[in-house]
Amino acid sequence: MPEILDRARTQVLDGGVGLDEAGVLAVLRLPDEHLSATLQLAHEVRVRWCGPEVEVEGIVSLKTGGCPEDCHFCSQSGLFASPVRSVWLDIPSLVEAAKQTAATGATEFCIVAAVRGPDERLMKQMREGVAAIRAEVDIQVAASLGMLTQDQVDELVAMGVHRYNHNLETCRSFFPNVVTTHSWEERWETLRMVRASGMEVCCGGILGLGETVEQRAEFAAQLAELDPHEVPLNFLNPRPGTPLGDQPVVAPRDALRAIAAFRLAMPRTILRYAGGREITLGDLGTRDGLLGGINAVIVGNYLTTLGRPAGQDLALLDELKMPVKALSATL
Amino acid sequence: MSTETANWCDRCGEAAATGSHDACRAAREFEPPRFCASCRRRMKVQVLPSGWSAVCVAHGETTSAG
Repeated sequence: MPEILDRARTQVLDGGVGLDEAGVLAVLRLPDEHLSATLQLAHEVRVRWCGPEVEVEGIVSLKTGGCPEDCHFCSQSGLFASPVRSVWLDIPSLVEAAKQTAATGATEFCIVAAVRGPDERLMKQMREGVAAIRAEVDIQVAASLGMLTQDQVDELVAMGVHRYNHNLETCRSFFPNVVTTHSWEERWETLRMVRASGMEVCCGGILGLGETVEQRAEFAAQLAELDPHEVPLNFLNPRPGTPLGDQPVVAPRDALRAIAAFRLAMPRTILRYAGGREITLGDLGTRDGLLGGINAVIVGNYLTTLGRPAGQDLALLDELKMPVKALSATL
Repeated sequence: MSTETANWCDRCGEAAATGSHDACRAAREFEPPRFCASCRRRMKVQVLPSGWSAVCVAHGETTSAG
């Protein structure tokens, strides 16, 4: 057994203390022959410190496309030759999407907008939409609306938004290679305000943007420092027309190693399968990740791309004897 | 919307009869259409948790439900 796995067993599994950057890097550098043992340990850590439940979430795009930012992975930037056009979702359709999500057994419904930060039109849409969902659907509402002001943070709390997603996307040293229209520090400032407000912090990123293994470890350590309630882990799905449209997809074994390494860095967080898992890992890899540190999934479709039918993921959880977290457990 | 019988590929927007669109067809398993297969216009596409709808200003709405 490699020394790093022995250390992780003692430090993370027994002690609940996540690996530091050097430890994460050592895990990411483990040869393939140790991948199975690494995933097994990450799974034990997840069960020990998070329990057997899996949190299920659905997401929807309230405002798609036309974003002024230049996140190089994103098909919704208005600065690239992406075929994605700008479109707004109306309130009845938003409520219907929440109902569809709740019908899967999901406890989380995240409303997402492709913006630098919300303007008054978007905040009005949120006020009306969140109120309508809370009146008609038994589900927790989360939001992802870009960078916020303190007044907007306060207003989201008042609406009843319980969790706010704002991904750092990648490590601090690589961020300028991915986004030039705003800084990593600006994102961190929004996260700081969200944390102080009492909303749960949801912050993750995308692997496969061209970062090195060392930068992947740096990212895990920076997320661990932030200590978010939830970390959504995306794998780049290269989008036509974006600067990263020709970037290769992450190799499945590297993706699985990263899942385990991020779990070993953050033993208590909700580590969620997010976008890109279908093309990166396929059905078999989805199972391996759930048995390798993942304890949450986005079911159904994403913002501009499609996912597996929710029923397939729910059937897999049932087969793996992993109970879906109940709404009562989230309140 | 089939990319095989249409004038234009609904994923890349190029002529359906020109070149191979095998990669487009494979990608469409996890993507909604982006271009109208009849006229090549970019469509307004809304993805929802359990489906999608795509609207061409000239040829109307298509949905995942068919």
